[in-house]
Amino acid sequence: MDTWSTLWETFFDGDSMREALPEMLTVGLPNTLILAISAALLGSVLGMALAVAGISPTRWLRWPARVYTDIFRGLPAAATILLIGVGLAPLGMEVWGPNPYPLGILALSLIAGAYIGEIFRSGIQSVEAAQLEGARALGFSWGEAMRLVIIPQGVRRVLPAWVNQLIALIKDSSLVYFLGLVASQRELFRIGQDYAATTGNESALLLAGLFYLALTVPLTHAVNWIDRRLRQGRSVTVDPDDDGGLALAGETALPPSPTAGRDQR
Amino acid sequence: MTDTATTTSVSLTVRDVHLAFGANKVLRGADLDVARGGTACVIGPSGSGKSTLLRTINRLIEPDRGDVLLDGRSVLRDDPDALRQRVGMVFQQFNLFPHMSVLRNITLALRRIRKLSEDEATSVARAQLELVGLAAKADSRPAHLSGGQQQRVAIARALALQPQVMLFDEATSALDPELVKGVLAVMADLSAGGMTMVVVTHEMGFAREVADTVAFMDHGVVLEAGEPAAIFEAPEHPRLRRFLSQVL
Repeated sequence: MDTWSTLWETFFDGDSMREALPEMLTVGLPNTLILAISAALLGSVLGMALAVAGISPTRWLRWPARVYTDIFRGLPAAATILLIGVGLAPLGMEVWGPNPYPLGILALSLIAGAYIGEIFRSGIQSVEAAQLEGARALGFSWGEAMRLVIIPQGVRRVLPAWVNQLIALIKDSSLVYFLGLVASQRELFRIGQDYAATTGNESALLLAGLFYLALTVPLTHAVNWIDRRLRQGRSVTVDPDDDGGLALAGETALPPSPTAGRDQR
Repeated sequence: MTDTATTTSVSLTVRDVHLAFGANKVLRGADLDVARGGTACVIGPSGSGKSTLLRTINRLIEPDRGDVLLDGRSVLRDDPDALRQRVGMVFQQFNLFPHMSVLRNITLALRRIRKLSEDEATSVARAQLELVGLAAKADSRPAHLSGGQQQRVAIARALALQPQVMLFDEATSALDPELVKGVLAVMADLSAGGMTMVVVTHEMGFAREVADTVAFMDHGVVLEAGEPAAIFEAPEHPRLRRFLSQVL
């Protein structure tokens, strides 16, 4: 057998792929989705808490949020997953038995939370201070103003970055195999790896890769789509004027110039 | 216009208000008196503390010293959020919420703070939009409105909460010249309707015609205040004379 056909069979052996496919579909894909979606939800909730704490006027909220973010953004994902998943395993054993998923999801969420927190924070901080002032002037408390006015605008601005983080989560979910998975707990990567080991070629792993791409590539395009929509949504198209009796001929849209402020401090 | 305002209008007194940002003394004993239902226009050069003075009235900025009284009662010990429901404010840059329709901009506080039902809030909001001539824009996003229309929505949003005092912070300064008139007309109507108003403005014509009191501020104090005729025709303070010679 020449080198090329060896290489071909290493990656594109149809039999190996066919053998792995049913388990990938029925076990691997659902497990990967469970890991990624749970961690995305938990990570986003945690991220929002970190973002709000990070911009809070209270030092005792700001400071812990910073330290947390530095640690979980700074550690390799593999190290965090092992430290949490193995380190807390005795505790997990008592609470939910010998299932590595809760701790795996926890570790993934803690990591994602650090990144998502920074994403949300940058979005929230990009909202003009005038918006907060406008909301406070109506009688909203700081918390209400943040929740109803500032955060919805800030999050919208960073949706593309948030989706990028979901893509990273789908990929990082493969790392929970470190924690030791029984057959029914295996996610896409582990199943691919196992079949690769038994068939002696990498085709099953390549198939796992295709599954990942089937999840992530549409998401990357979703990012682009959201990005484009946000940009276009911001452009101004003015309805024909209808001033109901107030004679204001010639009114045209004038997006307020940021430099127009006089007397602004 | 909003005659409901007259029933609840209050008098406003700002007494000896001081404020410093670090070493920068922005207000150095500013005083202002507005009778119930009166309109005071605050004029003065940029950086004289006009906008800051306005923000101490609804405590968006807390004064270091001095007092703010509504109907003779100090508001400095009130809950600031409750105070701001009694004092409406309109900003130079409108500060409408861009992610909400015009209607929701107005109903948000009615529903969340006043606890009105969706239907009640909507009918109050539509009535206010009608008064500023923008009923047809209820479902538009603010970005789809001209600056003048946005500012009128901002005025409607503040009025929907039935404030006892209205503050205007250079409400027309960010507008193209041809849009200024419509906003000033709404403000003049409101003043004629008996709303107690403090208007920080560069529109001397408006101050002359609409104000009961014109206050000239420079370097953090009100140097001279009086009826428009006195301020514009017979200014006493040399700095006011110099300012008027530059802007008129």
